[in-house]
Amino acid sequence: MIPLSWYLFFAAALFSIGLYGVLARKNAIAILMGIELMLNSVNVNLVAFWRYRAPELIAGQVWAIMVFAVAAAEVAVGLALFISIYRQRKTIEADEINLMKW
Amino acid sequence: MTTMQILFIIIAATTLGAAIMVVTTRKLIHAALWLILSLFGVAILYVFLDASFLAVAQVVVYIGAIAILMIFAIMLTRNLAIDVASPFNNSWPWALLLAVLMFAGLVWLLSSWDNVAMVVPDLDPRIDPIKALGISLVSPDAYVLPFEIASLLLLGALIGSIIIAWPRNKNEG
Repeated sequence: MIPLSWYLFFAAALFSIGLYGVLARKNAIAILMGIELMLNSVNVNLVAFWRYRAPELIAGQVWAIMVFAVAAAEVAVGLALFISIYRQRKTIEADEINLMKW
Repeated sequence: MTTMQILFIIIAATTLGAAIMVVTTRKLIHAALWLILSLFGVAILYVFLDASFLAVAQVVVYIGAIAILMIFAIMLTRNLAIDVASPFNNSWPWALLLAVLMFAGLVWLLSSWDNVAMVVPDLDPRIDPIKALGISLVSPDAYVLPFEIASLLLLGALIGSIIIAWPRNKNEG
């Protein structure tokens, strides 16, 4: 039997790795990958709490599905933005995209 | 140690190792492949948690759509300088510090919670979880409103990303 805390520690580690990726990577697509890791860790938490705490309520799974939908929308818009930026600036390094910085 | 626990440790370690490779590897296309392995590990954990629909949706949506979309974007925005220069920005030690602090804080929080280690309750055998999930997504007194708003959000993202990525003038490619 796997204790609930194992899932929570796993999700905490995955979230921290994703956070590091978001903060430290230069490439904008790599930053988006870090965000995906963080969303996944939150989903693991949601489903683990659903299974261990309230298996009679289906809400945990429903919200995990909502996170899926939001992640898909976010990736679609984000990648469209990167392709548009790449056309104009020939780079998607996040520290070189400083058009709106004063 | 039961078999399930050993399996969990193997899968969790693989997933976390793949996630570390995602954020540290130099070549973006390799990072995308490691991301697929990591997402697949999370899908197996959903199977462990008896969330079979989510496991399938994870493979279809994340691996089948999001990861493939990322590989397309990497190939469309390919730039030779990416593979040579350091993949990290100048403030990466601060990012590492913040991530380690975040993990330490979460571990401290979890270990101070004494109710956390408990056995998994049995699922009600009369209720089919997939059927309950489907009914709750279309039932007016459950989650039909978030479900419809999510479909609107996806439609908006579809139209918006087409408009954003559309070339505006001739010399833009």
